[in-house]
Amino acid sequence: MAELLQQLINGLSLGAIYALIALGYTMVYGVLRFINFAHSDVFMVGAFVGWYAVNQWRIPSGTILSGLLVLGLAMGVCALLGVTIEKLAYKPLRNRSTLTVLITAIGVSLLLQNAGQKVFGANPKAYPALFPTSQFHFAGVMVSSNQLVVLVVTILLLGGLHFVVHHTKIGTAMRAVSFNATAASLVGIHIDGVISFTFALGSALAGAGGVLYAINYPSIDPFMGTMPGLKAFVAAVLGGIGNLPGAALGGLLIGLVETFVSGTRASTFRDAIAFAILILILLLRPAGLLGKLRVEKV
Amino acid sequence: MKNLTSPRRVFLAALAAAALVGCKPSENSAPAAGGGGDTSGDIIVGEFASLTGTEAAFGQSSHKGTQLAFEQVNAAGGALGRKFKHLVEDTQSKAGESATIARKFVSRDKVVAVLGEVASGRSLEAAPVCQQFGVPMISPSSTNPKVTEIGDFIFRVCFIDPFQGKLISEFATKTLKAKKVAILSDVSSAYSVGLAQYFRESFVASGGQIVIEQKYSNKDKDFKAQLTAIKAAGVDGILVPGYYNEVGLIVKQARELGVMVPMFGGDGWEAQELIQIAGGEALQNTYYSTHFSPANKAPEAQSFVDAFKARFNGETPDAMAALGYDSARALVEAIKKAGTTEGKKLKEELAAIDFVGATGRTKLDAKRDAAKPAVIITTEGGKFKFLQSIEP
Repeated sequence: MAELLQQLINGLSLGAIYALIALGYTMVYGVLRFINFAHSDVFMVGAFVGWYAVNQWRIPSGTILSGLLVLGLAMGVCALLGVTIEKLAYKPLRNRSTLTVLITAIGVSLLLQNAGQKVFGANPKAYPALFPTSQFHFAGVMVSSNQLVVLVVTILLLGGLHFVVHHTKIGTAMRAVSFNATAASLVGIHIDGVISFTFALGSALAGAGGVLYAINYPSIDPFMGTMPGLKAFVAAVLGGIGNLPGAALGGLLIGLVETFVSGTRASTFRDAIAFAILILILLLRPAGLLGKLRVEKV
Repeated sequence: MKNLTSPRRVFLAALAAAALVGCKPSENSAPAAGGGGDTSGDIIVGEFASLTGTEAAFGQSSHKGTQLAFEQVNAAGGALGRKFKHLVEDTQSKAGESATIARKFVSRDKVVAVLGEVASGRSLEAAPVCQQFGVPMISPSSTNPKVTEIGDFIFRVCFIDPFQGKLISEFATKTLKAKKVAILSDVSSAYSVGLAQYFRESFVASGGQIVIEQKYSNKDKDFKAQLTAIKAAGVDGILVPGYYNEVGLIVKQARELGVMVPMFGGDGWEAQELIQIAGGEALQNTYYSTHFSPANKAPEAQSFVDAFKARFNGETPDAMAALGYDSARALVEAIKKAGTTEGKKLKEELAAIDFVGATGRTKLDAKRDAAKPAVIITTEGGKFKFLQSIEP
């Protein structure tokens, strides 16, 4: 029983990070209808911002306040990066086919990874402990403070995101653009502003995800985004891409499935099973768990 | 932004994702060759090492040792009246690079011998190429027995995993008094799978019990699921026969889960990065076996340590550096004895090699493997500490 509970905690803390990344995929998809593959590398940059903040810019680490400062810094830098990528790479292609933008996104992803190799170096780096660490022990289950940080920060960010999307003016504008961009612009919504805001928000979440991932798994390298990014993408599709609660749910599910598979003899099939789930979902419920099918307009 | 999905687009994106898995970027920057003179009569030697990537600490260390050896030899006049030209290529710690590099060394650079690698999996890739073209290859520190089984042109200057697995098993039973042990091994590494197997054979033969075996892959970051299963199985020791990057994360996560039993492994642990990733506290009660300790009092070891510190800004050499040094020394000795750089002659002299290097006496058996003493290292207060030496 203790083992089951422990695996549940392990799975939730892994899934929470997938959920944070998945939200970025799903938000961009909701507004622009394409998968921003550079998202997983924004996640990587977020982790490195945290590393530089402590090791180069001498922000002291180990207190809750400084940890939050680093987290905020990573989110800020990533938001800027996200907006820049959108302005330089995606905006000129606004009226091209989705496929063109998709391939550009893959190009941006490769650019970030290889630029990361040049700038950060190709060797894995040890990550500093940003938050004070301790272990909590109850009912035979060990929870590390880092896992709690991940869960708490994820829940807060999800709550914040929900508030922004559903209870603010810009959130209403985002939903309007997502529903029908032309109509939205006709009623006076500044589409470019909304798109920039969406990228900023999604990239900030990826930056937070990067820092949280790195404090739990303290070895970072320029390719660290690839696998978590793909898993988060699977999570977004699993939950129904374009659907925010769906992305969160998908992230948690993938985290749990991975953890429970890893804990058995079939541990080497962990990734295979995660991707098999994606294929199954696409076959049985093409719109994802919470998504609704929509007829493609011709 | 709710519920706006078209199945076709999602499927397209999934295809693109699948394509992305297969196309990791490849970066091809060959570092400049070190050492060597500039006349056309140089003896050209190719070294392939993991200078970047996940096992960069190994490649860098080993390369520094090799570089030092060639610099010393060239400063003393080289061999056969010629100097050595030492070419270096980076395997980037990736599968698939080593064979390409070996081919380049053999066909384009016309090297007389190839040195490398630390990781057994990558040595196993390059060895068939060297064997096919009759160019002797010396691995400094690949311990998987299969490496030299490739053929009679493949040599190594270190001990092999059947010996290492046995000595870790003896250490676990005698010193740690472990009876029920878990194994957490890396399925993507020939070294890890091999070492786990030899440990298991020896440990079970001496009456121990392997309670649970869990697996992971290179570049994994999350091991909590496997470690939770190990914790539930109730063991008094865990063997982690992996490389330092993953081992660091495994040790850290194990301690976070409250798994305080001794953890131990082989020479794949030896890198300062292990301490940086796991932290000194988590590494308490962990042990690994390796080839060399700078605390070794033998004169050859000490003169190597001094020369290494003088050459590389006071850096203390580790086992990979010492073996990198000895691999180059073995080659130089053999060339001097053979009086030629011709492959077949060189191969015979290498098989008969007998000299004392940084890691002790190097004498190869019929399978072209070296029998050498091993040392057990532990960690105390965030520093590696020599614990004991074990004779072959």
